[in-house]
Amino acid sequence: MVIRLYDYTLSGSCYKVRLMLGFLGLGYQAVPVDFYPGREHKTLDFLDINPLGQLPVLEDDGLRLRDAQAIIAYLANKYDNSGQWLPRDPDLFGQVMMWVLFASGELMAASAARLHDALGYPFDIAAVRANAHAAFRVLDDHLAERAIEGKTWIVGDSPTIADIACC
Amino acid sequence: MSVTTDPVALNQWIPCAWNGQIRPGATRDTQILGQPIRVTCAPDGAISCNVLDGAAGAVGRALPVTQKFEIIFATLGSDPRPLPKIHEFDEPGRRIANCGSVGVNTSPFRIVENFLDMAHFCFVHTDILGAVDQTEVLSYKCEVRPDADEVWATDCRFFQPAASKSAATNGKGQLTHYKYRVMSPFSVMLYKNVFGREDLDDAICVFIQPKTETECIAYMTMALVDEGSTMTQIIDFQQSIFLQDRIILENQRPALLSFAPNAEIPTKADLSSIAFRRWLKASGITFGTVKEAA
Repeated sequence: MVIRLYDYTLSGSCYKVRLMLGFLGLGYQAVPVDFYPGREHKTLDFLDINPLGQLPVLEDDGLRLRDAQAIIAYLANKYDNSGQWLPRDPDLFGQVMMWVLFASGELMAASAARLHDALGYPFDIAAVRANAHAAFRVLDDHLAERAIEGKTWIVGDSPTIADIACC
Repeated sequence: MSVTTDPVALNQWIPCAWNGQIRPGATRDTQILGQPIRVTCAPDGAISCNVLDGAAGAVGRALPVTQKFEIIFATLGSDPRPLPKIHEFDEPGRRIANCGSVGVNTSPFRIVENFLDMAHFCFVHTDILGAVDQTEVLSYKCEVRPDADEVWATDCRFFQPAASKSAATNGKGQLTHYKYRVMSPFSVMLYKNVFGREDLDDAICVFIQPKTETECIAYMTMALVDEGSTMTQIIDFQQSIFLQDRIILENQRPALLSFAPNAEIPTKADLSSIAFRRWLKASGITFGTVKEAA
């Protein structure tokens, strides 16, 4: 059964899912959603699909999932036989989850700043920018330390869903 | 910035919302040319616009408003340059696509010049509007049409792997024929031949709302011939292209446009941009440009 992705090209969260699908070599059917200017994600029809009114949403084999982080974790768990993208080693797993949740928490300030500047969302841009800068600083410092250690990825020795989530 | 005193800029119709952006009974506060304004949609759908005065934003004088091309325009001037005639928008069978608006932090003229430029297709819109192995901008013609006082570039051709949503779906590249038209200092459009048709052109427009000299909102509307794509797909395609441009535009320095001949070095491919700058300078406009020392 074909994987279906409710998608908006310019959404960073949808991009994470498309990237994960690409790395895993999975074909999918994109269902374009008129996020802007149509605000289709807030229509009653779409709220049936995701009551939070957010993109992306993934359907696979009768399962319907929302939230980019949940979706990429699901895809890695189900389809990555190597275990590289979602490591089961306790230390690595813990760190991967820490950065994945950072991506859906603090780092989303950067998405809010983009929505303000590009699409005119009525956010407090000074506060949003300050939060985004603070989050980037934490990520930057971590990547600098990793580089000094001769490491490339956010966690471990190969790319994980933490790298996808923070991209 | 405070509101501009530039008479050329003041006497333009400036976009301030797209059709449907303001719900009946709601308002939208924004800025044109440094002037805070409030656009109001009455419960019956009637649109009005007022300036907002002082730090408290008291509702002040009413501004003339007009609606065309899926956009609401207002003017601060007493004798605005008329809106252009674009007959494709009135042609039966056309799909009118309102792609909304996108904020771009640069001068309005950088946006116009980017729109006119073909040389960036291969590098900014790789595998869509250009291919890295076919980068040449073939020679084209450019003129100021005195009757309409517009800048036109004609006989433009460019190889495009996926010139439009329709072309992308069909998966074949084409040598696309373009015509460009600068309709006013703050609006520009292009005609490009419909995928697989030499005799029909899609009309794609950008109308720019300069909030200040270096903060703009670009409104994209199109009158297309495309029976196969959904409106969501058409809008998604155009927005994706424009957001690729936006990254480049916001990183150009300086943001203001310079008329000094030695400020930036044009190539043959920049013929239309050179004509645009000359035409703009001749208009006497200074808003959005580098102020030269006297």
